[in-house]
Amino acid sequence: MTENPQAPNSGPDPAANEASGTGGERVIGTPTGGTAGPTGMTADAPQESTPSSAHEGPYPPEETHLRTEEEQRRGERIAALWFVIAFLAGVGFIVSYFLFPPGPDGPAVGDPSTGQIANIAMGGTLTVALFAIGAGMTVWVRRVIPHYEVASPYDELPSDEQEKSSFGEFFMRGANESGFTRRPLMRRTLFAAMLPLGVAPIVLLRDTGPLPGDILKQTMWEDGMHMVVEGTSRRIRAEDLATPGGMITALPENPEDPEHPVSLNDQSKTVIILIKMRPDDFDSEMTEEQLGWTHNGIIAYSKICTHVGCPAALYEPTTHRILCPCHQSTFDAANAAKVVFGPAHRPLPILPIRVDDEGYLVAAGDFSSPVGPTFWDAERDNYLAERED
Amino acid sequence: MSTQPPKALASAGNYLDDRFHLAKTGEKNLRKVFPNHWSFMLGEIALYSFIILIITGVFLSIWFKPSMQEVIYDGAYTRLQGVEMSEAYASTLYIMFEVRGGNLIRQIHHWAALIFVGALVAHMLRVFFTGSFRKPRELNWLIGVLIFIVAILEGLFGYSLPDDMPSGMGVRILQGVLLSLPVIGPHLSFFLFGGEFPGEDIISRLYLLHILVLPGILLALITAHIFILWHQKHTQYPGPRRTEKQVVGSPMYPAFAVKGGAFFFFTFAVIAGMSAIIQVNPIHLFGPFTPTSITSGLQPDWYMGFMEGSLRIFPDWFDFQVAGYAIPTGVLIPALVIPGILFTGLAVWPFLEQWITGDKRHHNVADRPRNAPVRTGLGVAGIVFYGVLWAAGANDVIAETFSISLYHTTYFFRVTLILGPILGFIITKRICLGLQRRDRETLEHGYESGVIQQLPGGRFIEVHQPSSAETVDTLRAKDEPVPAPDDTTDDQGIPNPKRSGLRGRLWLALNHWYTKDNVPVSHVEPGAHHHADHGAAGTNSGREGPRHR
Repeated sequence: MTENPQAPNSGPDPAANEASGTGGERVIGTPTGGTAGPTGMTADAPQESTPSSAHEGPYPPEETHLRTEEEQRRGERIAALWFVIAFLAGVGFIVSYFLFPPGPDGPAVGDPSTGQIANIAMGGTLTVALFAIGAGMTVWVRRVIPHYEVASPYDELPSDEQEKSSFGEFFMRGANESGFTRRPLMRRTLFAAMLPLGVAPIVLLRDTGPLPGDILKQTMWEDGMHMVVEGTSRRIRAEDLATPGGMITALPENPEDPEHPVSLNDQSKTVIILIKMRPDDFDSEMTEEQLGWTHNGIIAYSKICTHVGCPAALYEPTTHRILCPCHQSTFDAANAAKVVFGPAHRPLPILPIRVDDEGYLVAAGDFSSPVGPTFWDAERDNYLAERED
Repeated sequence: MSTQPPKALASAGNYLDDRFHLAKTGEKNLRKVFPNHWSFMLGEIALYSFIILIITGVFLSIWFKPSMQEVIYDGAYTRLQGVEMSEAYASTLYIMFEVRGGNLIRQIHHWAALIFVGALVAHMLRVFFTGSFRKPRELNWLIGVLIFIVAILEGLFGYSLPDDMPSGMGVRILQGVLLSLPVIGPHLSFFLFGGEFPGEDIISRLYLLHILVLPGILLALITAHIFILWHQKHTQYPGPRRTEKQVVGSPMYPAFAVKGGAFFFFTFAVIAGMSAIIQVNPIHLFGPFTPTSITSGLQPDWYMGFMEGSLRIFPDWFDFQVAGYAIPTGVLIPALVIPGILFTGLAVWPFLEQWITGDKRHHNVADRPRNAPVRTGLGVAGIVFYGVLWAAGANDVIAETFSISLYHTTYFFRVTLILGPILGFIITKRICLGLQRRDRETLEHGYESGVIQQLPGGRFIEVHQPSSAETVDTLRAKDEPVPAPDDTTDDQGIPNPKRSGLRGRLWLALNHWYTKDNVPVSHVEPGAHHHADHGAAGTNSGREGPRHR
């Protein structure tokens, strides 16, 4: 606490202190007229603002810039005015709560426009109340409480060598005496005993869900399954897609309950977009097998983007491009949904389709590849099949 | 006025002191000094927003039902009546349309979250650019980085709870990212979601994380952050009497307590005011989540924007397979590696800088950003990198607003992501050095008074006035970098074994890179040149002055 304030790069310049009218040379930490606080508050602030006689404040007078009595009185009145405003606004908040009682048709705030008014009324009064308290307190600080320029020493952080070595010695004596260092059998078996218990909570997490197995690779689509327009239970006929450029989002018909859609889990795997193309629009790169999955220029792609799983919902008929609005992966609908731009890597899986005896579009099997974001073994089966060829 | 506490207060104090021995600690802590500077209030905003988040969060959880049970809505909001939705979404509608003030609380919660992360980032940048993370405060910086990461997750999970369309899509993206992880991806996804996406568990699990686990961690980290700050005391900006040995500012009691209280109310007032008049996340307009539909122009909360941008502009060019097993780098790199680099970079910087400069001293006086040009340049490069990713998260909105081709915005951001930070670094470093030169000039000549004088010889000069003591103190407080001596060989030409390895040479190169650019002021006599004799050269002092290095 007797550090020299002119430490390298940090001390105030003595000349500067002289210029601003302070004592200058005094060493920090030495008391000035008995004003240093019990915790070692130090003081060498400008002294012109406060007379040191009869000072009753908690900090040394040269660090305390008192407000004049007149200023304090004015401050008190202004702060009080703010607090009155806050009080009234607070009352206003409670009043505005009860201004919107539920009516016979339900809550008044159920109507969006009334709800908006209620929101503004309650929010507005709350805002005024909070702001006014803040404003009143600010006036209090700036007009009534003195302005302080209190200096306080930074603690010397590292302990001195003696304390450190004393601690180190004490610690090691304790460790030795406890036998922890000297009795390895006990120590090691204790560590061994902790190990399974540490793993136990992780083991308990095992039942948070089933193992993936091959679930991600299959969907409920199977040969002969009808498709319905998403959001309805209306089956789709090939003629519904008569004009090239048309697109329909479709789901499988719920085999257990045709009136209701399949579960959300199934929806997120089975949803398809049916796109009608002119048969000669298909790219020559498409294989015979892929063309065989289409019906009369109608091709069915999984709607779930292979990047991270958003619905690839935008289709531009003139360029045959399917765009995912999340991250803009772009697929060529005329070329087996090959990726033409963006972060996706795999093409959208194709759902083989055909028409049944009644003219309805039905699936002719499951998707050509796993649906959705690419996962670890999504392409493994394909790889193995290619190696066998 | 009496200096004896009133009897009731004294007996309450004695009651506590009898049990906790508080008098001495209490006084010491009430005397804690807070340096006065506006930038110290950024962290306060974050703290106060966090308090507001807890208060409003408790209220929301009174009515919110974290359930994915499908229900047919028949609540007060007529436009969605009869629509099938999860209970989570329906109960959120209930809070908005059937609980008086519910919508206000929800909006306060959402705005406070946005401001929490924003203030936290601003606070972090302040600490970075002023070097306030330096010894002894490195560990508190690490805690701060952890708070940042947990806050982002906390925000993401909270955003997901209402189960509206955009939030469900956010969860979908999260699941897609999980799936992309090599080997364990599908397992992790199945364990988190209780099976396939979306399953029936994810909302209640995110709810658990959002209202218990992560806030608990945040509370613990924030408490530790403040305790450490309290124990080590604040840094301060250079100025009169402000040294490495003592801190100057307002004491906790009575001044700062009232100031801080006022600032809490102001923060709350601003957030409440925004919530009163600015709609945020109107989930009733988005509709419930279905995995099959989406709308274009979707934007996440701002702090997720950089992830979104990262996912958008990173191409699929580096995807590969190992024996048929997919390594989708088009997901892994933008979603995990790039944020990983950002956060790891933040976390290790104090230690890296200390290693480069070899500076093991304690620092309590903050750097002015210009006085650490390389650090400031790197910080700006980081901001540009983050900012480009963030803007790229809105590339579709940008493309539509300015009628630019969508793909062109993507190409633009890909190039800017690499060039922008480099340019940002170079320009910032130049500006810093320019400011350093001006500082030295101010120190040498004082400031330009704006008074033009004609000398007897007919020449015009601008009169310089001596700088104030405060300015001189501030400028002299500069902590000059000291380049390490080039000791690859000793004076006999014998190679120094410590500098011969790759590590030694790398260290020397980095050290020189970090320290070489500096406009020294330590030898400058303040005001040495502001007398009339210098006035004669005054007209070109601006160019002629401190050029020598």
